Amino acid sequence: MKAIENWIQKTKPNFEKGGKYEKWLPIYESFETFLHVPGTVTTTGSHVRDAIDLKRALIIVIFALVPTLLYGMYNVGSLFYTSIGEDYTMMEAFGYGFIKVLPLIVVSYIVGLGIEFVFCYIRGHEISEGYLVSGLIIPLIVPVDIPLWELALAVAFAVIIGKEAFGGTGMNIVNPALLARAFLFFAYPGNMSGSSAWVHSVEGKATVDAFSGETILGQLNAGVAPDAIHGVANNQLSVCDLMIGNYAGCVGETSVIAILIGAALLLFTGIASYRIILSVFAGGFVMGLLMNCLAPETNYVMQLPAFQHLLIGGFAFGAVFMATDPVTAAQTNTGKWIYGFLVGVFAIMIRCFNPAYPEGMMLSILLMNVFAPLIDHMVVKANINRRLKRAKAAQETVTNA
Amino acid sequence: MAEEKESLFSKKNLQLLTGPLGSQNPITVQVLGICSALAVTAKVESAIVMALAVTIVVGVANMAISLLRKTIPNRIRIIVQLLVVATLVILVDQILKAFSYGVSKQLSVYVGLIITNCIVMGRMEAFGLGNKPWPSLLDGLGNGLGYGMILVIIAVVRELFGAGTITLPIAGELRIIPEAFYTACGYENCGFMLMPPMALIIVAVIIWIQRSRNKDLIKK
Repeated sequence: MKAIENWIQKTKPNFEKGGKYEKWLPIYESFETFLHVPGTVTTTGSHVRDAIDLKRALIIVIFALVPTLLYGMYNVGSLFYTSIGEDYTMMEAFGYGFIKVLPLIVVSYIVGLGIEFVFCYIRGHEISEGYLVSGLIIPLIVPVDIPLWELALAVAFAVIIGKEAFGGTGMNIVNPALLARAFLFFAYPGNMSGSSAWVHSVEGKATVDAFSGETILGQLNAGVAPDAIHGVANNQLSVCDLMIGNYAGCVGETSVIAILIGAALLLFTGIASYRIILSVFAGGFVMGLLMNCLAPETNYVMQLPAFQHLLIGGFAFGAVFMATDPVTAAQTNTGKWIYGFLVGVFAIMIRCFNPAYPEGMMLSILLMNVFAPLIDHMVVKANINRRLKRAKAAQETVTNA
Repeated sequence: MAEEKESLFSKKNLQLLTGPLGSQNPITVQVLGICSALAVTAKVESAIVMALAVTIVVGVANMAISLLRKTIPNRIRIIVQLLVVATLVILVDQILKAFSYGVSKQLSVYVGLIITNCIVMGRMEAFGLGNKPWPSLLDGLGNGLGYGMILVIIAVVRELFGAGTITLPIAGELRIIPEAFYTACGYENCGFMLMPPMALIIVAVIIWIQRSRNKDLIKK
C-alpha cells in the first residue's frame, strides 16, 4: 500500500495542470481514487454528509450483489445439466455457469466503462464509478443466452441515452441498468421472452422429454394453474424452491435467499433505504391480495397467492437493488414510502393485466423513476403548506391574546 | 417605395432557403413538427413523400398568405391561414390517393394532419404575414426541406436497423443488410427501432450532435 502511495506521489505532477499528461488527468484520477480515499479537501467551509464517499458506497453494493451472482452462476449450470438430463456436481454446475456468465459481465463492463471514460475525457470531468454497480446488475437481469453484441448495444444505449445525455453519474432520470434491459426487451423480444430464452442451450444437445424452459410468470400466462408451477424438469415447485430459486429466469433474479442476504448487507450499512424496500414489498402484497379477490376463474396470474408474487420473477431483485437506487428514487422520507408502494402496486398490476409484459417490475420501476421527482415535489409542498398553516394559527392565537 | 431592387437569388434570399437546413432547422432547433416526425418515419418511402407534401404545402401556403397579407384582417388571420392550408392539403391528399394509393394508405391521417403541422402555421405567422411573396416562398420551401431532411435521416436509421431495408419511392424495397448476415452472424433486427419512441430518441441524438458542433444554439 505504501509503495502505491509513493508511486502516486511521484507520478501525480505529470498529470496536473501544466504537466506532461494534463489531458489524461480524469482517467488517472479515477484510478488513484479507486485505490485510495482522495486527499482532496474543501478549501472553504466543509460540508460533511457522510463518512464514506461514492466509491466506498458502490463497492458495498457490489458486495451485496455477490450472493445473487454466485447463485445465478450455479443456477445457470444446474439448469443446463438438468435440461439435458446429465448428472452434475455442485462445482461442475457452478463452473459451467461461471464460464457462461463471465462474458456477460466482461462485455457489460468494457462497453459501459469505455463509454464513460470517453465522455469524461471529452468533458474533462473526473471519472466517477457510477457504472460499477450498473455494470454488474445488467448481466444479472438478462437471460444467459443473450447474444453478446446485443448486450453491448443495450449497455451503450443505456449509458449514452440514459446517463451521459443527462450529464453523467448522478444526473440520470431512470435507472441505466433497467434501461438496458428495457432496450433489450423491446428491441429483441425473441431473446428476452418465450420458453427457450431462459435456460442455456447448446446446439445438438437434446433436452429431456419433460423439459420446460418457461419462467413462472410465463407458465401462469400460458395457463398453468398457480399450484402446478414447475421447474425445468417438470418438477413441482414448492414455496421453498421459490425461495432458493432453482427455476428458470434471468441470471440473478431467481434466488430470493441470495437477494435477501444482499438486502441485509445493504440495510446494515445504510446504503439502501429500508423505507423503499419495505414499501415495495408492501405495495406488491396489497395489490396481490386485491388481485386474488378479483381474480376470475381463468386468470392464473391474478390467482397466484399474493406472497408468491413477491418471490417470483424480478420482484425481489428489483425491490432490493433497483428501486433503491439513490439517484432515481424519491429523496424525501415520505416520498420514499409512496414511491416504493407504487412500484410494488404497478409491478403486480402490469403482471396481471398485460400478458404481453410478463415482467412488470422493470416497467413499474422505470415508470416510478420518472414520477419520483413529482412525488418529492408534492411531499415538500405539503410540508411547506403544513408549516405555513401552523405559523398562521400560531400568529392568530398571538393576536387574539 | 425607394427600396433597392433585390435580385431573386440574393444572398439574403438564399439564406432563407438554406438557413432551415442548418442553424434554423424547424425540427432540431425550433422543435416543431415532432408529431409527424414520429409517426411517418418507420419507412423511408413514407418519410420522403411526407417531406415533399409538407414542403409543397408550406411553400405555397406561405406565398399565398404573403400575397394576401395586406387584405387579411388581423383578427381572423388564423381562420384564413387554415383555409389556405386546408385547401392545399386536400389537394395533396387527393393527388396522393390518385397516383400513389399505397403510400397514401401508409400515411393515413398524417396527410390530413399537415393542416395542423406546427411548422406550417408557424412559418405563416412568423414570416408570410410580414414579408413579400418571393421570400415567403423561399422561406416556406426551405423550412419544408429542413423538416424533410431530418425526417429522411430518422427514417433511414429506423428502417435500416429496424427492418434491414430501405424503401424508396419508385425503386421499392431494397434489402441493405444481406440475408447472410442474419443466418451466419446471428444478426437481428432491432424491433425497438420500429417503435415511435425511437424516433424521438433519434431526434434527440441529432439535436445533441448539432448543438455540440454549433455552440451558438445552446440557450443560456
